[in-house]
Amino acid sequence: MKPLAVTDYTVVSALGVGRAATLAALQAGRSGLAKQDFETAAVDTWLGVVADIDAVALSGDLAEFDCRNNRLAELGLRADDFAASVRAAAARWGPARVGVFLGTSTSGILATEIAYRERDPATGALPAWLHYGATQNTYAVARYVRQALALQGPAYVVSTACSSSAKVFAAAARMVELGIVDAAVVGGVDSLCMTTLYGFKSLELVSSDICRPWDARRVGLSLGEGAAFALLERDPKRVAAWLLGAGESSDAHHMSSPHPDGAGAAAAMRAGLSQAGLAPADVDYLNLHGTGTPGNDAAEDVAVRSVFGTTLACSSTKGHTGHTLGAAGGVEAAITILALQHRFIPAGLNVREIDPALQVNYLRQPREQALRVAASNSFGFGGSNACLLFGTAT
Amino acid sequence: MIEVGVIGVGLLGPGLASWADGRALLHDPAAWQRSPTAVPAPQRLPATERRRAGTLVKASIAVADEALAMAGLDPAPLATVFTSSTGDPLNCHLLCEALAAPERLVSPTRFTNSVHNAPAGYWHIAAASRAPSTSLAAFDASFGAGLLEAAVQCATTAAAVLLVACDLPYPEPLHAVRPVADLFALALVLAPAGQGRALALQLGPPAPAMACEAPGLETLRQTIPAARALPLLHALAGGGAAALGLEAAPGLALRLHLGAR
Repeated sequence: MKPLAVTDYTVVSALGVGRAATLAALQAGRSGLAKQDFETAAVDTWLGVVADIDAVALSGDLAEFDCRNNRLAELGLRADDFAASVRAAAARWGPARVGVFLGTSTSGILATEIAYRERDPATGALPAWLHYGATQNTYAVARYVRQALALQGPAYVVSTACSSSAKVFAAAARMVELGIVDAAVVGGVDSLCMTTLYGFKSLELVSSDICRPWDARRVGLSLGEGAAFALLERDPKRVAAWLLGAGESSDAHHMSSPHPDGAGAAAAMRAGLSQAGLAPADVDYLNLHGTGTPGNDAAEDVAVRSVFGTTLACSSTKGHTGHTLGAAGGVEAAITILALQHRFIPAGLNVREIDPALQVNYLRQPREQALRVAASNSFGFGGSNACLLFGTAT
Repeated sequence: MIEVGVIGVGLLGPGLASWADGRALLHDPAAWQRSPTAVPAPQRLPATERRRAGTLVKASIAVADEALAMAGLDPAPLATVFTSSTGDPLNCHLLCEALAAPERLVSPTRFTNSVHNAPAGYWHIAAASRAPSTSLAAFDASFGAGLLEAAVQCATTAAAVLLVACDLPYPEPLHAVRPVADLFALALVLAPAGQGRALALQLGPPAPAMACEAPGLETLRQTIPAARALPLLHALAGGGAAALGLEAAPGLALRLHLGAR
């Protein structure tokens, strides 16, 4: 594919609001995870909560959108003045020429979960305050962003579990290539809810310990929440990084477990390299999906080795942010671009002893290093895989 | 302008048992009678997956299989686009009900099936396909958004793409806040321009012919998001060229030009 410019981007997670807070935490090797409860859930786990969500209120024309997920989206639009960059792009290209392609897994389901606790005892009806289409429905976050930024181009939400907000980069690149749009707002927003807390618990994938990707005694993931946005544009006036490739594949194996030989994941990495016209040795850093579940890390290690060998510097940043699910692709794309721009490789946190069965070059300390190309893996339930490759702006 | 060709169609809806059965009814709606959608058992699914799959998955696989048979293609190398406004509504209701109870007991299968890309996951397992797949949503415009995405993929990769759209009703109490009348599903196999029935797509000002002429079908179109495809299906059922439109995103028109058979 022809490289596509990332002209601006931002990220919100448990590490903080915006690029500077995220960068400082990554360079210091500081985690945003804490052992805490969330809403009415007491699951005995570490969570990556975005505390600043509580200070956001959606009002006026946007009041019906008010829910945790859209508040988190709004926090992301305000961070680093991202909304101003989008408005400038809309002024340059026209609002109908700017697409909105966002990922989420659970959208605003928390609103409906709470509404189900407040059903009318006589009729079973949901409370009148629930605005289903603006909150719970899968499309809601794209509808919110499109309306908040007054955009009129094509828009949809990709919901492929934990690869959602990586795949939107691929979708936007195709739309720009065909001339359907000149610019696109991509990224993802996913917020904590009962569905994922109790759902991952039912699958015995949630750790009561902090998540420890690549550790010999890792027992599961820590959930987080996050929002990340990137503005992709043709004929850029400034460039944060170049999107070089966006590989996609399916596992064809199991709904909730990765294929142990990692063949589907490897196919996504190879497709990304092929689109970028790069050899494996051209990549300087890989941000792993690295959830910290025994199965994911083992399968991903096999997959990465089969494509890149064992010298490529790798780390998972889920020990910092927790697993932000449908936002993870976007959050980790932003972290990958931060690494390119600020010439460093983030460490994988919380490792006590590297699993001797895992063989990729897993970094346990942040490292200062100039990078030319960095990649980010995202894998989801249903066997949905994506690998994004970004190149430095200079 | 994006140019592709339609080489396969699958259909399931009220009084529409399949594309083979439904195309004549759509061509001449006087013979169509509304009756509740009946979903056939998906033979393609392995036994474990068949036991776990919900109605959304079964209907999606039924229409995908019919469209693929018409196209005469092996499913394994085929990229897919699945689009649905609601996902699996019954599964969502039962999950919310369980989470509102004091014990909050969630079954692993219930949680796994709650992902919007469940039909895609089951399909790629059943078809042994490692090809790329995307699953998306755009509220009432979900079919139009999926058609746009599938056509864009087909045009950029110069390879066939399977598009599957399916929506079905929520039970109460969600039905009251998001009424969907019945199950409607369709699949299209799109191929690069020059194959099959020519289809050109263009975003633009409000398009003509977004409604169905037959009142009963127009009711379906207005009350089931995936049934927004009915004017296109009606045109595909006939032999002549047609200009029509649908929403590619809420408030954004997608103009379609279908060539003569």
